Amino acid sequence: MNERPADWTRGVEVIRYQVCRTCGATQYFRRNFCAACGATELTENQASGEGTVYATSLVARAATPETRAHVPYNIVLVDTAEGFRMMAHGQNDLAIGDRVTARFVQFAGRIVPYFERVKLSKGSTE
Amino acid sequence: MSYITGVGLMSYGKHEGSSSLDLMSKAAELAIADAGLKRAEIDGILCGYSTVSPHIMLATVFAEHFGIRPSYAHAVQVGGATGLAMTMLAHHLVDAGVAKHVLVVGGENRLTGQSRDASIVALAQVGHPDYEVTLGPTIPAYYGLVATRYMHEYGVTQEDLAEFAVLMRAHALAHPGAQFHQPITVADVMASKPVALPLKLLDCCPVSDGGAAVVISREATSAAQVRIRGCAQAHTHQHVTAAPALSELGAEIAIAKAKAASGVAISDVRYAAVYDSFTITLAMLLEDLGLAGRGEAAARVRAGHFSREGAMPLNTHGGLLSYGHCGVGGAMAHLVETHLQMTGRAGNRQVKDASIALLHGDGGVLSSHVSMFLERVR
Repeated sequence: MNERPADWTRGVEVIRYQVCRTCGATQYFRRNFCAACGATELTENQASGEGTVYATSLVARAATPETRAHVPYNIVLVDTAEGFRMMAHGQNDLAIGDRVTARFVQFAGRIVPYFERVKLSKGSTE
Repeated sequence: MSYITGVGLMSYGKHEGSSSLDLMSKAAELAIADAGLKRAEIDGILCGYSTVSPHIMLATVFAEHFGIRPSYAHAVQVGGATGLAMTMLAHHLVDAGVAKHVLVVGGENRLTGQSRDASIVALAQVGHPDYEVTLGPTIPAYYGLVATRYMHEYGVTQEDLAEFAVLMRAHALAHPGAQFHQPITVADVMASKPVALPLKLLDCCPVSDGGAAVVISREATSAAQVRIRGCAQAHTHQHVTAAPALSELGAEIAIAKAKAASGVAISDVRYAAVYDSFTITLAMLLEDLGLAGRGEAAARVRAGHFSREGAMPLNTHGGLLSYGHCGVGGAMAHLVETHLQMTGRAGNRQVKDASIALLHGDGGVLSSHVSMFLERVR
């Protein structure tokens, strides 16, 4: 049985993912087995927080008092540098394709990952 | 072989004081009468779910309440695809001889039985409890994510999406049972309140009370015969985070399998009933199903292609967007309207030729798909 290391879903400022030792598949939603091949040997990894915006949706209508206090907030899907996709919050003006990096913010009584556009340094090739 | 022998549809909107069971009962009564059957002749029951009154055995709760003792009964839960999934199951049940007449029913007092906030919170639970719901997304936000990506990949604009809301409203104007009867324009949709951008209020279906039912039988019970020609499902994921690329979604898989199961081609189809929880849902599904080229569905709406008099009449009752959405019954209204069109009973909404129809349902966030072809036998 794998011990579950804490991540942002459990109040720790870390994004975690798993890699299958057998087939090499990467998965974000934690399980005790690989959803691609069924193997049970997985490595637990910490993501860099780097990624690219895949999609965004700016929420203006929230349904609970806790979340309403934050509107508008941007729900984003980010394709991480490590190869998995995750949902998070982000700057309200993020666009698809933006290179982003994660920090953590308080939202409705818990911490959530929040992506910000990467400011490319002078002389960067990208 | 199976036939849709009876249909029943209530008006959608507010049914103050009616419970989910009340609404299911009224719809069931209409469908059984339409089939020319007596309650005691119903030997199978499939029902959906109610977010207002959740129950682990809703089908038997309903059967007892309604006063029948079926030999086959259970609930089915596939979100927005539930109505067509139940119809598909009923088709196979009667075809296999398990039952003779299966009642398929959905109804919920979702508008007056709970607050809008409660509905929004309940529906957002299709998201992942740890990795998504904690972020405060709503169903419109899940589809908003799909929308921005789809718009990005295929050059679709917010004005394009608005066309679908305008079309569904235009159709609803001709149906007395629809929740909305005020005409709207693209400008109205664009100016409506932001919900989860790019989706605005008029891009989203409403929350409704209502109910719908159909009877699926092994043999036809009247001269007007509508047969289920073939159907198929596809389930690629549950959560939008885990969804495949836009080009690999379940609608394309389901329709390919349904075409193979029925021997029907898209060029044979004369009427379309497609799930439209949001304008983006309808735009994408029409293109996934092959009823329009990629990024071209809105242009077809503007050209009148999907209008009552067009080449491919679509959701002539107004769809979820304007007839209303009461949960499981929501998309069953599409099926009822299709049956009325196929049997020449759609009155002022009647289209010229609904001899072969394509229906498609979607549950979750484009997670579960059911495609179905119906054929008028005579």
